[in-house]
Amino acid sequence: MSIDDVASLILLTLAATLRVATPLVLAAMGGLFSEKSGIIDVGLEGKMLMAAFFAAATAAVTDSAWLGLLAGIVAAEALALLHGFACITWRGNQVVSGVAINILAAGLTVVLGTAWFNRGGQTPALEGAGRLRPLFLPGAGDNILVYVALLSVPLTWWIIERTRFGLRLRAVGEMPLAVDTAGISVPWLRYRAVLLCGLFSGLAGAYLSIAENAEFSRDMTAGQGFIALAAIIFGKWRPFPAFGACLLFGLLDEVAIRLQGVRVPGVGEVPVQLIQALPYLLTVFLLAGLIGRAVAPKAAGVAYEKER
Amino acid sequence: MSPISTVRAIELSGIDKSFGNVHAVRGVELAIEKGAITGIVGENGAGKSTLMSILYGLYRPDAGEIRVDGRRVEMEGPHEAIARGIGMVHQHFMLVDTFTVLENVVLGAEGGPLLAGGLAAARVELARLGREFGLAVDPDARVADLSVGEQQRVEILKVLYRGARILILDEPSAVLTPQETDQLFRILGALKERGVTIILITHKLREILAVTDQVCVMRQGRIVAERRTAETTAEELAELMVGRKVRLDLAKAPPQRGPVLLSAEHLGLVDRRGTRRLDDINLALRGGEIVGVAGVSGNGQTELLQVLSGIRAPTGGRLVVCGREIDAARPADPGEMRDLGLAHVPEDRLRQGLVAAFRAAESSILGYQKDPPFCRHYLIDGPAVTAHCAQLMERFDVRPREPALRSSGFSGGNQQKLVLAREMAQQPSVLLVGQPTRGVDIGAIEFIHRELVKRRDAGCAILVVSVELEEILSLSDRIVVMFGGRIVGDLPAANADERTLGLMMAGEHA
Repeated sequence: MSIDDVASLILLTLAATLRVATPLVLAAMGGLFSEKSGIIDVGLEGKMLMAAFFAAATAAVTDSAWLGLLAGIVAAEALALLHGFACITWRGNQVVSGVAINILAAGLTVVLGTAWFNRGGQTPALEGAGRLRPLFLPGAGDNILVYVALLSVPLTWWIIERTRFGLRLRAVGEMPLAVDTAGISVPWLRYRAVLLCGLFSGLAGAYLSIAENAEFSRDMTAGQGFIALAAIIFGKWRPFPAFGACLLFGLLDEVAIRLQGVRVPGVGEVPVQLIQALPYLLTVFLLAGLIGRAVAPKAAGVAYEKER
Repeated sequence: MSPISTVRAIELSGIDKSFGNVHAVRGVELAIEKGAITGIVGENGAGKSTLMSILYGLYRPDAGEIRVDGRRVEMEGPHEAIARGIGMVHQHFMLVDTFTVLENVVLGAEGGPLLAGGLAAARVELARLGREFGLAVDPDARVADLSVGEQQRVEILKVLYRGARILILDEPSAVLTPQETDQLFRILGALKERGVTIILITHKLREILAVTDQVCVMRQGRIVAERRTAETTAEELAELMVGRKVRLDLAKAPPQRGPVLLSAEHLGLVDRRGTRRLDDINLALRGGEIVGVAGVSGNGQTELLQVLSGIRAPTGGRLVVCGREIDAARPADPGEMRDLGLAHVPEDRLRQGLVAAFRAAESSILGYQKDPPFCRHYLIDGPAVTAHCAQLMERFDVRPREPALRSSGFSGGNQQKLVLAREMAQQPSVLLVGQPTRGVDIGAIEFIHRELVKRRDAGCAILVVSVELEEILSLSDRIVVMFGGRIVGDLPAANADERTLGLMMAGEHA
């Protein structure tokens, strides 16, 4: 292998990492808004899946990636509102609501897909204008959502750290009573956070089906919503470290693909499953103490009740 | 009805509020004089905090109207109260621990969608308020790193920053040392001079007499009396609060000291994170005496009780309880301690003293459920337990006398009496009591204190941990003061007063 070959391999791996990490980054930024406000979002996965399906279905029917993207966002927002209604308005258990949303999305996408397209839950393959195209580098898959994901990280940081909304968001996740007694509506703040989360997970889901791939297939999120959740915890609820975690997980994923069938000197063939399991193993081991305690927003998971 | 005829900052009329079956506030009529300090006193559960939460817009009243500066106001929420110039300093601080002082102060009054400008303006204003009222706090300090007294100053700054002209303080001295309390009262004086109207909610009569201009007494959701502070006494106020004559001083004979029943030598406790919680504790407890442990909460008192009662094992030093030696290598659990004759009334009765969902009868045998006559052949003897509970309720005047009622259905005072009755019924030789009268009304305090003295006179060694200095002073024969996990003072009660204890509690040796 020449130096050039190694350099291009590294470059290709980096580009691929970014492609794989894009939905993780988008979902993680969305989840960050929700969790910072004190609403745990186990339903990232379900929202992404629903968005992926509606984006692909709409793009297939209208032959417009933009309409597909819009449909994906609307679908994710609908589930976000459902989550908000259950957890904020009715003070339900946030984890239960999130799990319910995941089950709902897993079932509904297949049922609707089968009913509408008769392809065993898959949507028709997208061509031409039905797919988001690379913007500058034809081979690298740098479609607009990749840049949106990259921009979303500093934007999220800026909103959370530098704006009035961000200050109140952080406060409501730590001490909702302080927010209430300061004369600010706790439910409205949390609804806005949950809707922001819906927007980002909609983008993440649509990316999977109309940008990275060209169709929706059943369970295509394959746990990426949970990986994004792990990245949030990994990054201790801070945007840049969470972004780093997403890149790390993306890199592992990419390495797993590249190592398929490759004999590593001295080790032999590495089972792909092992590398695929690495993000989960890493999360467990690192969270078990290596990165120090991850302190969640204090009020996360607790419904706010004013009267006793 | 009211002897006061001046300009009114606030008028409440016909205010009524119920929570489920609890009628918390009943048709309250109240006028607050402008530019004065008004005290509102009453026992726990008299409705003081509920009434003020209504005034601040946190609760909507079921009936009645609120007038601020003569104009009728519908309190839609705290934002409405804030807009009318009402600010409230809550008993449990409404501060975000992870935020800086500055961030806490601007929360809700940021002055625009971006933070930078508002923060800069607040920094200037905070410095001005700090100079004017003696309220200096480092604006960039994290609230979690501040002392309780400083956190309270942040709460007051928050209210002043919003331009409040009417300040409500809910039990402001509950968490302060006497010196911090004095400082708070100086601040209140400075605010009053600048025309701020102040409402002070408290159950401490000494404070009412020290700072207020007028005082309203609440009992069972009603205002039962209004007085000019200068024209009333602590005895009169106590009687009005309780509804009958109350003895505020505790009559007790000099202690007849017996043998040492519990002794701690160089006792230490380091927690799992490596923080030293108890440091070189030396303490000897004799039969027939009450030792009071004074200190601002969080200075190791909780850990001391845990170690002495066997809940946690010491990591250093040695403890001898009724002849049994206990150290890191030979720990004892609370069950063994109980068998040795040590009883423990924990600080947090709802979490450790009883099980809220249990019937009173079940709570009345917790810890003794394996002993006869409550248990035979691994089965609980229901009638025996109920009879035992009924007997305890009779002796300790627990109301209502319903062994089948859920423990959470009793008032704080009655829960405490039940726990105390359970522990005393075993005739312990050592009794540890944490916060004997926290959340307990005056009538029950009097009763609990008398029972503790009775046990002492029967030869029991008693250790009382309390954050109420008055209680420590009136109950103890000897007083130790804890600060930073150490015992920093050990003196006969006769030589102690609030000032010397207060200095020790703040870590300054007197």
